[in-house]
Amino acid sequence: GFDPPHQSDTRTIYIANRFPQNGLYTPQKFIDNRIISSKYTVWNFVPKNLFEQFRRVANFYFLIIFLVQLMIDTPTSPITSGLPLFFVITVTAIKQGYEDWLRHNSDNEVNGAPVYVVRSGGLVKTRSKNIRVGDIVRIAKDEIFPADLVLLSSDRLDGSCHVTTASLDGETNLKTHVAVPETAVLQTVASLDTLIAVIECQQPEADLYRFMGRMIITQQMEEIVRPLGPESLLLRGARLKNTKEIFGVAIYTGMETKMALNYKSKSQKRSAVEILRFISDFLAFLVLYNFIIPISLYVTVEMQKFLGSFFIGWDLDLYHEESDQKAQVNTSDLNEELGQVEYVFTDKTGTLTENEMQFRECSINGIKYQEINGRLVSEGPTPDSSDGNLPYLNSLPHLTTSSSFRTSPESETELIKEHDLFFKAVSLCHTVQISSVQTDGIGDGPWQSNLAPSQLEYYASSPDEKALVEAAARIGIVFIGNSEETMEVKTLGKLERYKLLHILEFDSDRRRMSVIVQAPSGEKFLFAKGAESSILPNCVGGEIEKTRIHVDEFALKGLRTLCMAYKRLTSKEYEAINRRLFEARTALQQREEKLADVFHFIEKDLILLGATAVEDRLQDRVRETIEALRMAGIKVWVLTGDKHETAVSVSLSCGHFHRTMNILELINQKSDSQCAEQLRQLARRIKEDHVIQHGLVVDGTSLSLALREHEKLFMEVCRNCSAVLCCRMAPLQKAKVIRLIKISPEKPITLAVGDGANDVSMIQEAHVGIGIMGKEGRQAARNSDYAIARFKFLSKLLFVHGHFYYIRIATLVQYFFYKNVCFITPQFLYQFYCLFSQQTLYDSVYLTLYNICFTSLPILIYSLLEQHIDPHVLQSKPTLYRDISKNRQLSIKTFLYWTILGFSHAFIFFYGSYFLIGKDISLLGNGQMFGNWTFGTLVFTVMVITVTVKMALETHFWTWINHLVTWGSIIFYFVFSLFYGGILWPFLSSQNMYFVFIQLLSSGSAWFAIILMVVTCLLLDIVKKVFERQLHPTNTEKAQLIKANSSVKCLDSMCCFSEGETACASFGRMLERVVGRCSPTHVSRSWSASDPFYTNDRSILTLSTMDSSTC
Amino acid sequence: MTWSATARGAHQPDNTAFTQQRLPAWQPLLSASIALPLFFCAGLAFIGLGLGLFYSSNGIKELEYDYTGNPGTGNCSVCALADQGRAPPIRCSCAWYFSLPELFPGPVYLYYELTNFYQNNRRYGVSRDDSQLSGLPSALRHPANECAPYQRRATGLPIAPCGAIANSLFNDTFSLWHQRRPGEPYVEVPLERTGIAWWTDCHVKFRNPPLVNGSLALAFRGTAPPPNWHRPVYELSPDPNNTGFINQDFVVWMRTAALPTFRKLYARIRQGNYSAGLPRGAYRVNITYNYPVRAFGGHKRIVFSNISWMGGKNPFLGIAYLVVGSLCILMGFVMLVVYIRYQDQNDEEEDEE
Repeated sequence: GFDPPHQSDTRTIYIANRFPQNGLYTPQKFIDNRIISSKYTVWNFVPKNLFEQFRRVANFYFLIIFLVQLMIDTPTSPITSGLPLFFVITVTAIKQGYEDWLRHNSDNEVNGAPVYVVRSGGLVKTRSKNIRVGDIVRIAKDEIFPADLVLLSSDRLDGSCHVTTASLDGETNLKTHVAVPETAVLQTVASLDTLIAVIECQQPEADLYRFMGRMIITQQMEEIVRPLGPESLLLRGARLKNTKEIFGVAIYTGMETKMALNYKSKSQKRSAVEILRFISDFLAFLVLYNFIIPISLYVTVEMQKFLGSFFIGWDLDLYHEESDQKAQVNTSDLNEELGQVEYVFTDKTGTLTENEMQFRECSINGIKYQEINGRLVSEGPTPDSSDGNLPYLNSLPHLTTSSSFRTSPESETELIKEHDLFFKAVSLCHTVQISSVQTDGIGDGPWQSNLAPSQLEYYASSPDEKALVEAAARIGIVFIGNSEETMEVKTLGKLERYKLLHILEFDSDRRRMSVIVQAPSGEKFLFAKGAESSILPNCVGGEIEKTRIHVDEFALKGLRTLCMAYKRLTSKEYEAINRRLFEARTALQQREEKLADVFHFIEKDLILLGATAVEDRLQDRVRETIEALRMAGIKVWVLTGDKHETAVSVSLSCGHFHRTMNILELINQKSDSQCAEQLRQLARRIKEDHVIQHGLVVDGTSLSLALREHEKLFMEVCRNCSAVLCCRMAPLQKAKVIRLIKISPEKPITLAVGDGANDVSMIQEAHVGIGIMGKEGRQAARNSDYAIARFKFLSKLLFVHGHFYYIRIATLVQYFFYKNVCFITPQFLYQFYCLFSQQTLYDSVYLTLYNICFTSLPILIYSLLEQHIDPHVLQSKPTLYRDISKNRQLSIKTFLYWTILGFSHAFIFFYGSYFLIGKDISLLGNGQMFGNWTFGTLVFTVMVITVTVKMALETHFWTWINHLVTWGSIIFYFVFSLFYGGILWPFLSSQNMYFVFIQLLSSGSAWFAIILMVVTCLLLDIVKKVFERQLHPTNTEKAQLIKANSSVKCLDSMCCFSEGETACASFGRMLERVVGRCSPTHVSRSWSASDPFYTNDRSILTLSTMDSSTC
Repeated sequence: MTWSATARGAHQPDNTAFTQQRLPAWQPLLSASIALPLFFCAGLAFIGLGLGLFYSSNGIKELEYDYTGNPGTGNCSVCALADQGRAPPIRCSCAWYFSLPELFPGPVYLYYELTNFYQNNRRYGVSRDDSQLSGLPSALRHPANECAPYQRRATGLPIAPCGAIANSLFNDTFSLWHQRRPGEPYVEVPLERTGIAWWTDCHVKFRNPPLVNGSLALAFRGTAPPPNWHRPVYELSPDPNNTGFINQDFVVWMRTAALPTFRKLYARIRQGNYSAGLPRGAYRVNITYNYPVRAFGGHKRIVFSNISWMGGKNPFLGIAYLVVGSLCILMGFVMLVVYIRYQDQNDEEEDEE
């Protein structure tokens, strides 16, 4: 749905805007290269922001209430609701204005970045926003492309260049792009100036991997037409690597670039717990509730969210020491959503993994080695046990000690030879590209022999290859580069040049690749590398059995294994191979089959060298986190742009897929019907085999087919799979998957985690977007709702913070209902006794201050500090998360309970006071009478006390602050009322309350009545609580018991003076106390990262999961 | 962990109990073992209190008489009939005779009670001007708009005191006569007409306007009494300390009642021979019947009551305490049963494990 309205299906671009002279063209209008992520301008800020704000149900509702109060004569003044509304609107507007200003700034930075454009025969420096479609842009090494460009030429003769699209799709390998041969020769500005060409291409679309067009080049009055594909398109956001400079012509600019089209517009996210939506259902049949949603609820909720979100940033457990990053909260609106997540969508690269592969172990000739600090250490018994445990080869990287190696015993040199061959195979059999880090102008060729391995930067389409080549370099056999025909390897400081004869490329059917090289000695070798299942059967020599055992051991450790083998080729053999390869490669028919045949012919009778084990380094505790998420009843989907094989192996190693899982595949579906058939088949298989867990692997193309026509079927399959892995996903596809889940009938709450720019759209699409502050820039973190440094922090974020916030906000909302039902019902009941004349029961000052002063702080503090369960119990028992899933605390049942409680309390206040007054008898010892205001004040006093004590009953975590605000609120009410009633207020027109409160308190009966009513109100609630805990304790209540015997006494919590300290300490020390530094015994971190993360009581956990599944 | 404090990064959050949500906290659990003793104690205490309150209330005597004058209910019906004709009430008098077989212990308070009279109607309740009543001269001449339609007379004179409440001032009067023995003449029992309003009301909140030439009447010159009044406000009582706005009958009336049935204190009887109460004998209450109530279906009553420290006779509080106290005990027992039964079950479950 991104297609902007265009007149035609194609756009015609005249390179360098050299339009045809004959005028036979219709000029097309293109937008400029400005990127706009901001929402407002100076001019439209006020109206647009107001419009946006009043689109929120809550604001609109209060506006209406305010207007009603303005227009008709109501008991309360319009200021009561007008002022807070004004306050809320202003604060929100300022906040949004500031955020938009920041966005403007970053836009300006991007749009104002300097670029070089070829104009009128010279290179002109201009700003990025000035690039127009058709401009020829020059990009230097390591620069980011400012628009979508068609490559014209590079500094290389063949017109190729390398780019990395890490920030677009998360792939870190170098991609090669090539220019059309006719333009590739135009390497200077002057020569480009002579180019007359037209590009015709499709209109902008969001798919990163699709591009179709053609270039019509006019040379010597002759038109040459060349097709253009994705290989000649350089995307905005990608980075030029390994190439000095390129020239390209801008074809899509600004908001029409593929990157911009892949961004979802930043819209205001709203919490699904959004109270008012929930309320509006009730509004329909309960007009009474009009009174019950005071704006103070809204203000309190906003404050709770804003202040509460600080705790996430403050949390040391979410602080990553290595990178010195703490968690960031960008949207405080969604805190409680963290407690409601049902689906987690996570990116793979950089989110689950560290985004770095590490060579770990290898098995050479039947002996296992481990790499420790750049040295190979053998593991277990070796053939010669005399020095088997000693690390050898440790000195290899150092030339100074290599002499000792030459004098080593005979047997060892033999071994070294094996190693030599093994690592040569590793460093030759690959498709790694190299990019040297330029060192102070010494030159940028990769050919310098004095280049240390650390200065080489390898780029590989497969991170495994990169890790292997790097490992070989550490061991001492350094791959320094390749040109067209040769590969250079530095062995122990000695440069060796191998002639690269053939590459038998990797494909997923063969699952291996091989190279044929000619050694400096003239010998010809075939080196093969591949999965053990494809190499071992073809081996005839080497320690096949031992290696097979080792490979299995590696795999069990979650390492990614590859086997290496070689074969010496005689010249006769090579001739045959060469001939057959040539034939196959040039065959016009059935080329693929023929090639496969030849490859099969070549890659046999190999001699096994050994196996490698590479660790795709998962982030810390990813496995545990995913496990915990699953225990919490959250479905985890991995969405990645990566290849199918890599994705599956990472999925396996991070525990997303289990080895016991039945893995279903929906990949490489080409047609609609085929896809549907496959889906039906999968659905059948799931039905047949419902005992075993299923995992589903889908790739991007199949997914788009499945989503187009067979959404229902696909969702059906997905829901029955306990793990889903989507690979080869374009950024927008990730977002589409999330939207699909979001709008499915259950309307689950989704959470997306990602670290790269390619994850931005999914982060924005999901209800909750989490950015990982990783290596690939901060784009994801900026666009997320919460940014954390590591994936593992998710468990604390969800299970502890999310749980707390949810409980807090749920209680906050319901308590607010309750207390306002208590507040308004007596007022309503009073109407029956005053001819429905809208006489207020309470004085207008009380009416205004009830929600603002008397009852606001305890609930606010509760909603900030409450911990109904100890945080590390929550984290170690993820199943507790199920207790709050599906918005359970805000269900109709609990809501009804609170409402009924409110009504019953209100009846007790009102009728208690009513019967106390009886036939209006005197309550004073001197026979004098109370009036209506005293009656109202009596009800009000009982109400303030009851409502506050009810909050105290709900509070489970009593810090000194809770004590202060709870008892302080009641005391404040009394002090205020005494003060308010003690003076004739000169500016008030009515003195209704003069001495009313004091008179009330001078009545013994009133005191007895207050005590009676408060106790009666709370009695039923206490009974209910005690019975529930005794008869049907929830998991939460059970978990509370775990910590119950831990022991801060009530008095301890109120004051945290350590012993022997005087109360009159300085103000600074008092402040320290306020933040809780005072009592070191309590402050010491009771648990740390070294604690067992998940406790051993799995039995309980699994039991409870079974419980929940049966019911 | 100590080293990390010195080597920490610039963005490391503070390790304080507050920021880490680890403030020392008391975490009470509302369990049966705590609730049980609480319930029993509270229950017993409430029952004790309830008994005390109940007996205290039972010791209070009340004597009341409905003098509305519905046909056939005594001699006030004559006056009531006159009232029905909607004519301005003539100074009709009637009397209520009663006898006390024994001493009515004192101090005795005389109340009048009106029913079906909505002093708590909002439009009625706001119809007053507190600044006028506080004696502000400017407010005296310019009553607040809330007083309308009793803000100004048709002649344009401002009404003092303005508003509907003042206009509807209760204007029946009572006098009490005592006959010690049959045949003896009735002696008037002195009714103390002060001390019936809140002290702060008639000493602080309500003030007369500053006297003009030492005369209250002159101070009220240029104002008119409310339409229903037969005499101006400064003639409410001959006692100069109890007239004008600070007349206690007026002040009592201006404290609007909460409910449509209400009593207002008329007088206290505590002088002379009557300080210990009303001795036995025959009594007559002379009533000047001015106030029309039958038009709105109201009733007028006269009530004699004595007072304890907790006010008038109202058994509600005592009964409520008894009920709640017994409920507490009952709940306590139920809880005890449940607690013991489920405790056993829990133990068994644990044993099984």
